[in-house]
Amino acid sequence: MLRHLMAVLAMILLTTPAIAQEAENAPPAGIDRSATGGAQTLEDILRRQQNQKIDDRFRSQNIGGDASTVPELGPLGGASDADLWRALRYGKADITTSTRNETGKVLVQDGGMWWLEIRRGPLVKYGGWLLLGTIAVLAVFYLLRGRVRVEGGMSGRTITRFRFIERMAHWLLAGSFILLGLTGLLSLLGRMFIAPYLGREVNATLLQASKFIHNNVAWAFMIGLVAVFLMWIWHNIPNRLDLVWFRHAGGIIGNTHPPAKKFNAGQKIVFWSVVLLGGSISLSGLSLLFPFELPLFAKTFAILNDLGLPGWFGADPLPVQMSPQEEMQYAQLWHAIVAFGLMAVIIAHIYIGTLGMEGAFDAMKDGEVDEAWAHQHHSIWLEEEKARAKAPPKSARTAAE
Amino acid sequence: MNAILAGLVAMIGIGIGAWLILDEAGFSSQEVYSGPNVRLEQPAD
Repeated sequence: MLRHLMAVLAMILLTTPAIAQEAENAPPAGIDRSATGGAQTLEDILRRQQNQKIDDRFRSQNIGGDASTVPELGPLGGASDADLWRALRYGKADITTSTRNETGKVLVQDGGMWWLEIRRGPLVKYGGWLLLGTIAVLAVFYLLRGRVRVEGGMSGRTITRFRFIERMAHWLLAGSFILLGLTGLLSLLGRMFIAPYLGREVNATLLQASKFIHNNVAWAFMIGLVAVFLMWIWHNIPNRLDLVWFRHAGGIIGNTHPPAKKFNAGQKIVFWSVVLLGGSISLSGLSLLFPFELPLFAKTFAILNDLGLPGWFGADPLPVQMSPQEEMQYAQLWHAIVAFGLMAVIIAHIYIGTLGMEGAFDAMKDGEVDEAWAHQHHSIWLEEEKARAKAPPKSARTAAE
Repeated sequence: MNAILAGLVAMIGIGIGAWLILDEAGFSSQEVYSGPNVRLEQPAD
């Protein structure tokens, strides 16, 4: 009971600053704009400079009208030039264009600066630190723990762990993800870290090659993702054994090696990370690959707003009215953020599959693993495979019956 | 080791196949969002 009380208390304490900050950031109601004739005031300008919200209805709703509502402009058509430009900016003008898509009707798009600031600021900063931090943590872990060895040495007897088709699908997925990760990083970071040192021409060439590879190899990644999902989903359903695995930290810390079937809980985490994060990256990637054709975010945000999710964190409802360009900005950010997360997971996966664990790479190299390795890391799977090998073939059993 | 090579060859094959199909389908933004009335380049004199 006390524990629950403390949890509720902690939640209140943690959310209070967020709510207070939100209240501070909220636009003030009822600003007196008589001094500026209804236009923006010094207070609006100061708030904007401090990255605080302003109530811009004085601007967004001031788009003129017809001759009856604005009689003084009647002979001129009911709207001044300034009214027209405001209507264009806020997507309220009645536009007719000869282009074949909605994008062409957005003549003024001022929603891109926040995206650019995040893309070249926090995204690069935190994404970069996530990758470097993951590598640093693994390096420290390796220095402290060393390689996970097979206790008692290898037996010399091997057992087939992955069939050819499984390994091929794995390497299709792995190879394409590494290429996509590298070309994605070049696209994001080239202007900052390559152009100043190697020149814009070199950077431009790298970007063109990166874009070409990224757009086309993406399909190999998606096919590999579907193949791996279909082949391994049944082995990755969580079960009670996973709790035992977690209790012993997978045998990586200490010397107790918990029993496991074909995939242990750690591998299941990697599997579901790849499936869920990789699936999300694929969706946002398709949205980017076919610009403006597959908008994802306005609808998603509407669903999240209906669920009340932003309110849980004391935030305003998410935007549900956005131009096609803003949809693409959200898609790009989401694509990159989730990709950084998956890259961190995969770096850890590569570590444990090569340097971190003796005998692990054999499973994906030629599919054969030593029985001592299998006994140490996947004891139940080893027993099941041995029992299956000893059992008479199905045709023999049918004939005997 | 053969599976690694097969996976990488499949990746290259799928990538080239995607390029050929998408190029044939005219998927690029330039082809989708422009027409004869959009003059992207100076006409040859």
